Amino acid sequence: MTEPQRSPHPTVPPPPARTAGDRVRSRAGRSGFQRRRDGQVVAGVASGLGARLGVDPILIRIGFAVLAFAGGAGILLYGLLWAAIPLEGDAAVRLRRPATAQQGVALALIVLGILLLLRAVGLWFGDALVGPIVLAAVGSAVLWARSDDHQRANWSRIGGRVPAGAVERAASAPVSPVRIAIGTLFVAGAAVGFIAANDALDAAGDLVLAVVAAVAGIGLLFGPWLWRLIDQLGAERRERVRQEERAELAAHLHDSVLQTLAMIQRSSDQPRRMVALARSQERELRGWLYGGATTTGPATTVAERAAHLAQEIETTYEVGVELVTVGDAPLDDQLHALLAATREAAVNAARHAGVEVVDVYLEVDPDEALAFVRDRGRGFDPAAVPDDRHGIRGSIVDRVERHGGTATVRTTLGEGTEIELCVPRDRRRTDVPEA
Amino acid sequence: MTTPATRSVRVFLVDDHRLFRAGVQAEIGQHVTLVGDAHDVDTAIQGCRATRPDVVLLDVHLPGGGGQAVIQAVHETHPDVRFLALSVSDAAEDVIKVIRAGARGYVTKTISPDDLVTAIGRVHQGDAVFSPRLAGFVLDAFAGDLPPGVSSEDPELDQLTTREKEVLRHIARGYTYREVAGRLHISIKTVETHVSAVLRKLQLSNRHELTAWAAGRDLL
Repeated sequence: MTEPQRSPHPTVPPPPARTAGDRVRSRAGRSGFQRRRDGQVVAGVASGLGARLGVDPILIRIGFAVLAFAGGAGILLYGLLWAAIPLEGDAAVRLRRPATAQQGVALALIVLGILLLLRAVGLWFGDALVGPIVLAAVGSAVLWARSDDHQRANWSRIGGRVPAGAVERAASAPVSPVRIAIGTLFVAGAAVGFIAANDALDAAGDLVLAVVAAVAGIGLLFGPWLWRLIDQLGAERRERVRQEERAELAAHLHDSVLQTLAMIQRSSDQPRRMVALARSQERELRGWLYGGATTTGPATTVAERAAHLAQEIETTYEVGVELVTVGDAPLDDQLHALLAATREAAVNAARHAGVEVVDVYLEVDPDEALAFVRDRGRGFDPAAVPDDRHGIRGSIVDRVERHGGTATVRTTLGEGTEIELCVPRDRRRTDVPEA
Repeated sequence: MTTPATRSVRVFLVDDHRLFRAGVQAEIGQHVTLVGDAHDVDTAIQGCRATRPDVVLLDVHLPGGGGQAVIQAVHETHPDVRFLALSVSDAAEDVIKVIRAGARGYVTKTISPDDLVTAIGRVHQGDAVFSPRLAGFVLDAFAGDLPPGVSSEDPELDQLTTREKEVLRHIARGYTYREVAGRLHISIKTVETHVSAVLRKLQLSNRHELTAWAAGRDLL
């Protein structure tokens, strides 16, 4: 084993979630080996051993792989350990000791010792096979051991926020150039050695063998990196989608529902205002949840525009507007005029009638458009309205009459008012072009 | 409206929101006789069959199949139980669905307690209850002629009469039945007859537009 792979470790910060309490508990729970659920590849044996010994599980896995080629001893050993070591409980305490160079070297020496022992005993596939594999394993170990820890540390340092650019991060993972060079050398040497050792084989197979060896070497070099990269990309994308959805929902609720709730709390002594707030919030939330006649964005039809107006009046004047529309049509001059007059009538009712609800009914058919604005309020005496109050005359009656329509006001003191508006549709007029 | 007439009406309440049930019980409990309540389709069917209420206040959106499932199941065994649909949703297809399943009326949950008691009394007498919005739906659904190519099996069912349209228009404008009667110089009973006739047409008409319109529109 070589030293460079260990050099970055002192700089690894401890995982932020760990506390002194965690450490105490972890000592208490460290009575024996446990296979790990997290980070397991096959059955968690290597990851459990790694956690127990404080060695990177990747090194252990490589050890197992090498021993597997030594007459299958690695597979046997893995199976024995699998049977012998219990799987950790769900709430198992995580123990992770910082790995040291000595442990890595010790592990390598143990594997080497077992290899030599097996060789002496005769459980051996032959030097030509095991030699290059050991060499390749060392190279792989130099390249990949612990580098994922740095990535994990990066993740946690960023504090839960998912940064953009997993590619960049994985590519810039702290595998030092020295380690890359040494690892590549080992793997390339293994490939060459494997080919050289098998020279005696049929010459026709040489090319195939060379290609296979090269592919295997490349796989050893880049396989883990690619695998990890794909994994990280997928995880990051899923997380980002979730975060965006949550952020959008949170932003909407904050802008609408939370603001309204705050306003309702502040106006608890004004029941009418509370009702109006709840009403307009309900309308908006309903539009947001179910679509339909939206109250945002430009209105293009009578029904949409009327829904906008109803909400505007509800919000501004703190009354309910019971709007019913029958039929619909794209907005044109005639319909604009009708709606403007309707709005004026509804605002008058909201301001002067002293009611909580104003009924607005709109009906659009091919020949004419009708609007009724009704309240059960105090009513008024049309003759008693002062001349300087232009609301009904100028904004309502004159407006529809200019467009060839009629306006009728029915009002009874103490019983309420109804304003009936009617304009012909464009097709009946010659001085207004077809919309 | 605290009329002695409604005091004896036996009412069953179906809604999946406990708070809403409690609120309705508090509001109308003194004016009608509440005989039970339920929170989903199955318990509603069992409860209605066991208590045989006069009027069922029925939420349109109900877990387990929606309000119409309750109406259909209860009407199989007890055709005389009458249903008044309640909803926060004004989605046309929901309303039309529950009316065509057999409900005698539809009101929104924001209705005042007095109006609700009046509506219960009206449904109990066999009349129909149309909110302004439902009246608007119906006018919309029955507007215009039948689409070309669609033959009408029963022309009487597929068109509203002028008088019925007139009555519906006034209801859509926010008039009570009494006010409609006053405006049109007819009796309240005549108004109720017209509305019941419209309800029947709404339930039975196979007017093509009705379903197409109900599925395609989502009025707010």
